[in-house]
Amino acid sequence: MALSGIQIYKMLPQTNCKECGFPTCLAFAMKLAAKQVELSSCPYVSEASKKQLAESAAPPIRLVTLKAGTEVKAGNEVVMFRHEKTFYNKPGLFIRVNASDPELAAKVAKADAYKVSYVGMDFTVDGFALVGDADASTGSAQSMAAAVKTVRTATKRPLILMGDAAALQAGLSACGGETPLLYAADASNADAMADLAKNSKSALVVKADSLDGLADLTQKIQAKGVEDMVLDFGARGMSECLTRSTQARRMALKANFKPLGYPTIAFPCEAKDEGVAAAQAISKYAGFIVLSEFKPELLYPLLVLRENIYTDPQKPIQVQPGIYEINSPKPESPVLVTTNFSITYFSVANEVEGSGLPAWLVVTDAEGMSVLTAWAAGKFDAERIAKSIKSLDVASKVSRKRVVLPGHVAVLSGELEEELPDWEIRVGPREAVDLPAFMKQALN
Amino acid sequence: MPIEIPRDKWSGSVRPVTIGATAAEGGTRARAVTIGGQTCMPYLHFEAPMPNKPAIAIEIKSRKPDDWSALLAEVWGDAMADPAQWAKKAEEAGADLLVLALTLEDTPESAVKIVKSVLGASGLPLIVWGPGQAEKDNELLVPVSEATKGEKIVLGICEDKNYRTIVATAMANGHLVQARTAMDVNLAKQLNILISDMGMPKDRIVMDPTTGALGYGMEYGYSVMERLRMASLQGDAMTQFPMLVTPGYEAWKTKESKVGEGVPEAWGDWKARAINWEIVTTIALVESGADVVVLRHPESVKRVKDAIGELVTV
Repeated sequence: MALSGIQIYKMLPQTNCKECGFPTCLAFAMKLAAKQVELSSCPYVSEASKKQLAESAAPPIRLVTLKAGTEVKAGNEVVMFRHEKTFYNKPGLFIRVNASDPELAAKVAKADAYKVSYVGMDFTVDGFALVGDADASTGSAQSMAAAVKTVRTATKRPLILMGDAAALQAGLSACGGETPLLYAADASNADAMADLAKNSKSALVVKADSLDGLADLTQKIQAKGVEDMVLDFGARGMSECLTRSTQARRMALKANFKPLGYPTIAFPCEAKDEGVAAAQAISKYAGFIVLSEFKPELLYPLLVLRENIYTDPQKPIQVQPGIYEINSPKPESPVLVTTNFSITYFSVANEVEGSGLPAWLVVTDAEGMSVLTAWAAGKFDAERIAKSIKSLDVASKVSRKRVVLPGHVAVLSGELEEELPDWEIRVGPREAVDLPAFMKQALN
Repeated sequence: MPIEIPRDKWSGSVRPVTIGATAAEGGTRARAVTIGGQTCMPYLHFEAPMPNKPAIAIEIKSRKPDDWSALLAEVWGDAMADPAQWAKKAEEAGADLLVLALTLEDTPESAVKIVKSVLGASGLPLIVWGPGQAEKDNELLVPVSEATKGEKIVLGICEDKNYRTIVATAMANGHLVQARTAMDVNLAKQLNILISDMGMPKDRIVMDPTTGALGYGMEYGYSVMERLRMASLQGDAMTQFPMLVTPGYEAWKTKESKVGEGVPEAWGDWKARAINWEIVTTIALVESGADVVVLRHPESVKRVKDAIGELVTV
């Protein structure tokens, strides 16, 4: 937990020697609290204070980064509810694959190539969880090494290796210095797993059925020199998962309890209903999420949910106001009006584009709000619309002065006629999905 | 080493609200449904028990809708043309409540007749929506309210520009109201105040903070619901109402659910994706504190019901 300036001041020498460049120790403490200076500027601070201040400066939930050709980050979160600030690191979505699967390379390649577009952003899967064979024979270790090599022919994304110590050791040896996430240390194998993680500098999942047990294990493993850990609560049911992830996050954020200050991993692939469990994991704090297989019809909604939940609530996603040309409009093409909220813009633009019909799309500055919200807030009214049309000089681009309002703000048509007396004002459909039909039937 | 979990200490609680009246209570419902009553954030059983689980409502219409997804038409079949049949099928599909949406084509007479036929066909407590135009809503809801006195129906939808007539008739006939505002904590409080000021008992108000579908602004509603629930637990009396949201309506108007052709291949199988869209939207809202979720597809009802069952299990 971050310390206040006053709390930091109490740990400083309080001599006001000015050697740090500030007039008083209190002024320096305030700058430290604001993270604008380094503690090393103070030549006289005690070792004990240094240690305490360094601990307080560490994030309450450790940032764990999985690096390969691409990168997945988890941790560094600071709030329980997104409206309190924002959630930062989107949970990575990993697809589970089996080392012994004869179609391993093909399955990985197919999921690796997946790309889906949502409001102008491209989403992909984040990585793969490679599961070693269940029985811990030497055969399983060999197959893990071979499987890692096979997977690496098909993807550059980060990996989670799942199996016993022998299998993980074999997998690591085939990784060529790369650091996968290792799964998992529990009470029975903590020493061996900790050694593997330490020697390979990999992050390690720690699994226990209780938070007490987890905290004991992470402390034990940390004492062996492993810094990057990920928590698995053992539970797979909705209620237990929610309870434990909430409790662990509270311990980290509110009690600054380091042994649980790590990101978490969730396994919707082992839940009764994968989609439901994954939706909860995204909403409630998971850092890594393992899905059973590559299913675009589930992956797409989950990727969108993740984007929604991790959008900064203080900053609505916006597009640049202006005039957008869709399907090469001509002077006789209609002028459509909407707001600069991304989702609104892309819904409208996609529909018009899909219809194949040319149009001029005027995007007004509604401070990133959707049509109805902006209208209710007074950010999308006749005056603003008229101002956009005039300032963008739309009249010079068209031969037929005809503007289409969103159906939700049909009420504005009278006022807009007054603002734009030489324009024909039309009221379009309420929903973007009905635009193509409207353009075909009503706009000729 | 046993660790001590920090617990939130709340002074307030959500008001319990009961929808529907059995014969003993002056109505004809097979059973009543009580929602609300929470004293902590959703499903944190280590802090406080969850007194009532969220209820699932299925939305049916007084007339066969012509703008619903073909996937919904396929699953409900001919029942969509007969509200009584549709109500029965919805009950069989596992609904706790029914939402009957009246349409612009209804007259006061047809609306009363259809509401009565639905009450006759199913013992579930009922929510009745007007078609969504102020004058028409009032024209239909007043006679419906009078004809069903004592059933403890939820009448909707009250909005700031049209609530007085609906509240007055609900008060006079022992019904409840649904108070809808546009994804904003203060707007929600304001409408609750206006309705309470008319004398509506506070245990007969369900608030509807509005939601967007997944991908279409759902996160705004999600956070407004978390904030409303926190405000109610902090003791703000005008936010202490159970929350009803309509993820079915929202999800099924998105292109992702509605359309099966001419969409990106990356969207996957149409039917599975459409149902996932409704479910993922709903689960996020259930996590943020929804007390009633109004759904459309029976498969979503089943899966959401199972999820709620798991969440309320300690």
